[in-house]
Amino acid sequence: MVTDPSNNHAPIDDDLRVTLAGTGHLDRNPLWAQTIIYLILIGLGLVTLLPMVNVLAVSLSEGYAITQNPLMLLPHDFTVEAYKYIFGTEVLLKSFGITVYVTVFGTFLNLAFTITGAYGLSKTHIPGYKFLMWLIVVPMLFGAGLIPYYLLLKNLHLLNTLWVLIIPGLVAPFNLILMRNFFWNIPESLEESARLDGASELQVLWKLIIPLSKPVIATVGLFYAVGHWNDFFSGLFFISDNSKWPLQVVMRSIIIDQNMMNMGSGPAQSGDVTRIVVSQQNIKAATIIFAIVPILLVYPFLQKYFVKGIMLGSVKG
Amino acid sequence: MWEARFIYLLIVPTIAYFFIFAYLPFAGLQIAFKDFQIFKGMWESPWVGWKNFEDVFQSAKLPQVTINTITISLYRLLFGFPVPILFALLLNEVRVMWFKRTIQTVTYFPHFLSWVVFSGIVFNLLGPLGIINLLLKNLGFEPINFLTMPEYFRSILVVTGIIKEFGWGAIIYLAALSGLDPQQYEAAKIDGAGKLRQIWHVTLPGIRPMIVLMLILSLGGILDAGFDQVFMMYNGAVMGVGDIIDTYVYRLGLMEAQYEMATVFGLLKGIIGFTLIVTANAIIRRMGEKSLW
Repeated sequence: MVTDPSNNHAPIDDDLRVTLAGTGHLDRNPLWAQTIIYLILIGLGLVTLLPMVNVLAVSLSEGYAITQNPLMLLPHDFTVEAYKYIFGTEVLLKSFGITVYVTVFGTFLNLAFTITGAYGLSKTHIPGYKFLMWLIVVPMLFGAGLIPYYLLLKNLHLLNTLWVLIIPGLVAPFNLILMRNFFWNIPESLEESARLDGASELQVLWKLIIPLSKPVIATVGLFYAVGHWNDFFSGLFFISDNSKWPLQVVMRSIIIDQNMMNMGSGPAQSGDVTRIVVSQQNIKAATIIFAIVPILLVYPFLQKYFVKGIMLGSVKG
Repeated sequence: MWEARFIYLLIVPTIAYFFIFAYLPFAGLQIAFKDFQIFKGMWESPWVGWKNFEDVFQSAKLPQVTINTITISLYRLLFGFPVPILFALLLNEVRVMWFKRTIQTVTYFPHFLSWVVFSGIVFNLLGPLGIINLLLKNLGFEPINFLTMPEYFRSILVVTGIIKEFGWGAIIYLAALSGLDPQQYEAAKIDGAGKLRQIWHVTLPGIRPMIVLMLILSLGGILDAGFDQVFMMYNGAVMGVGDIIDTYVYRLGLMEAQYEMATVFGLLKGIIGFTLIVTANAIIRRMGEKSLW
């Protein structure tokens, strides 16, 4: 029998293919494709990372060195003068204090309202449940706009108070729904047995549901906390008294305004006039880093819980 | 009802909050039809019919800010929408876990920064004293103030917006990718499909529901061109191409105290935005895709 030599190879190829597929080898891209993928990803990583590294380097360099080494990723003529300067500006420190207060206290109130509301609304059997859910979902689709909102806050005498940074965003519908969905997954039998033991609704919530829901509380808490930290909108729109501005609004005026005369004493200068130690670039960079560091400190938690939250939210809207 | 009284007690604060801060503002919409006199208050101010609407429709700002808003949003959709999807597909091919995690850690980070901070980073790059201009100067060229040039402004908005959010935007696609059935890939392989055909016939159909869902949300938000970012980055020189509905409503209402016209703008924006998302959702549902509701 004459066999076609090309046919001869086919069974071997198939066998090989199965073996390789079993070890996952066929899943791999060819080397050139793999190289391109890795290079693109490294490129994307650098595009996000390097501008931030440059800001850090600028914040730690002497003013004149920046103009000579614009692309620096490490500080040239290392100095912390810019940081000394911003830590000496009362406006910035005060706004930092305001934002810390609003973030801590605001997040606490957010969670108190969101947890109780979500727990109540996880009970689908209560009369009027559908109506109550609609009440919460509709504002996600349609709002009255900025001016009616502004006038409401004005009538409530919230304008120009720190409360305006806390109360108007007390419950975010998305977070409420996220938490309610999590509560749904807690077995009803656990609650039933607690109730049989004579626990009240509030005790069930406090002693059973909350301890079991730590992951979702952390997620939602971080959503709120980052929201407060980065909130720019409320301070800009509703607080005209600049002694009550939160960090982001003060930062805006530092980053945008070329003129920083209103920030207290001017930047420190060394004796040599041509050698400016602290330039505006330094101060802006240091301010940016100042606002990034707290986010960076909680970033490991943010990454862990935010991703979880997004996953939970994307599974069930 | 009575058995559920404690449950209601727990819900009351939340519902009261929504009533006050999400529904009471609708009463303020009457300003759109009134001559608002601040000392009389909105209830006592006289009705003027459609006059405020006529003012808005006659204003030259209406076409300008509408066109700017929609153009910027469409650019974002056209160039920005595919980036997280492509990024997720690339990341999905990486088998070296530490590399994948590092790239994720780096690219997710800017999402957590405010536009105030991120704009500061952008200015450090593109501003008059930024890196690029220092480089140009050191090389003997004239500096270019990119942020004051109308021809660059929208591109700067779109590109910096993509850089800030593409990593984060990929998460839901990665989640969808991880849920795909490996057997489908095996089947495709047995049918002789190469890597690209597998992506085309298995991966993309698998994450299509998520892509469609994100598309509805983007279409619904087409009148939101990103207040925070635009407000931080725009300036007098680029007003003609950069002024969007939200920034204009802010200046008109809160800076110039033209409450009536600003309310009309806000109302029109709300109605159109609502119509868009409802329509997008209906079309997608008719196409047999998973919709928002």
